[in-house]
Amino acid sequence: MQCPKCRGAMRTYDRNGVHIEQCEMCRGIFLDYGELEALTRMQQQYMQAAPPPPPAAPAAPAWGAAPQVHHHHHGTPYYRHRSVFHMLFST
Amino acid sequence: MRMLPDMSDAPSALDAELVAIGRAAPGGDPDAEPVTLYDRHGVLVLRVGGVVVKAHQAGRDTGPPLAARMAAAAALPELLLPPVGPPRRVRDRVVTVWPYGEPVGPEDPPWEEGGRLLARLHLTDHRRLTVPRWERPVRAARAVARLSPDGAAERVIREAFAGLPAWVRGEAPAPPPPRPTLIHGDWHLGQLVRMPDGAWRMIDVEDLGIGDPAWDLARPAALFSAGVLPPEDWSRLLAGYASAGGPAATPEGELWDRLDIPAQTLAIQIAATCVISARSAGRPLDGFEDALVDACSRISATRGSPRT
Repeated sequence: MQCPKCRGAMRTYDRNGVHIEQCEMCRGIFLDYGELEALTRMQQQYMQAAPPPPPAAPAAPAWGAAPQVHHHHHGTPYYRHRSVFHMLFST
Repeated sequence: MRMLPDMSDAPSALDAELVAIGRAAPGGDPDAEPVTLYDRHGVLVLRVGGVVVKAHQAGRDTGPPLAARMAAAAALPELLLPPVGPPRRVRDRVVTVWPYGEPVGPEDPPWEEGGRLLARLHLTDHRRLTVPRWERPVRAARAVARLSPDGAAERVIREAFAGLPAWVRGEAPAPPPPRPTLIHGDWHLGQLVRMPDGAWRMIDVEDLGIGDPAWDLARPAALFSAGVLPPEDWSRLLAGYASAGGPAATPEGELWDRLDIPAQTLAIQIAATCVISARSAGRPLDGFEDALVDACSRISATRGSPRT
């Protein structure tokens, strides 16, 4: 197949099941009927599957610890540790 | 076998009087068996059926200030657990009576509701209340003074404490807070109880006063900064507090301007308490306690010019 614009040779690429013809000379791309829709559909699926951005970490002072260093010590919920319970639940 | 002197005589006499008070109180049950809820540091708290009877520390701020704080609790029953009657004297102790409330369980603390209650307390019109001024965090200096003179952790804690403003250390007059509000004065999760209708209330009004509301967030702020309290829990508390219009929750950038010194102070206080407790039990610090001592190191390391 020849490029309709510059008459260069077109090469066929297969990208996730979508055939794309690209000109080796001018790099122009030719899409068959329905291929643009197929690409759009794949892009939407990719966007939906992307994980939601993590919640913003709360602000901390300059001397704050790197977060999550001490959580889930040995698999136990941290509140149940005697020392942490004492820190959170008593004067 | 040697006979030991009977040490239980005086406490059991106090016990018996507390039980009698609880059984006779409105909401009390004449047949209720007492359950000891707390018996440490010279404070005895018994549950007698639907009421709780507390014998306060001998010599602790009693008389008019406590009566004023209890009157404030009675005037704000939707925020603070209202007392059952005024304080009374039993032997040499002040005794107060309260309805029983279910304490917070360690599995799922009511962070949002705790924040909302604090915010509403801070927004209370306190002009009609006669509670004293809340001046400074007296427990930090007391805990640091009890540290052993030796030990690496002790040195780290003392150095961090020495860098706190003089008024926090109790060595200069406390400046008037910029925007004073009614504050609890000693807020932590043990100060929340759930009433039979499911609503949460704050208890223990012995530090209730007019002061800087940031100090009520100081303990969780310190534990979050030390990496002990997960960011999610800290965020839940702040979200509850901000949703109810809490005045200490300023925009993100400014929040720590107000919280920094209170959080530093509580990190130092908690570190000191942990070290004292570990040393007296003859055990090493656990990972969480180490985290508090590490926070003290970072407090000293991040200090620029000394504060006044």
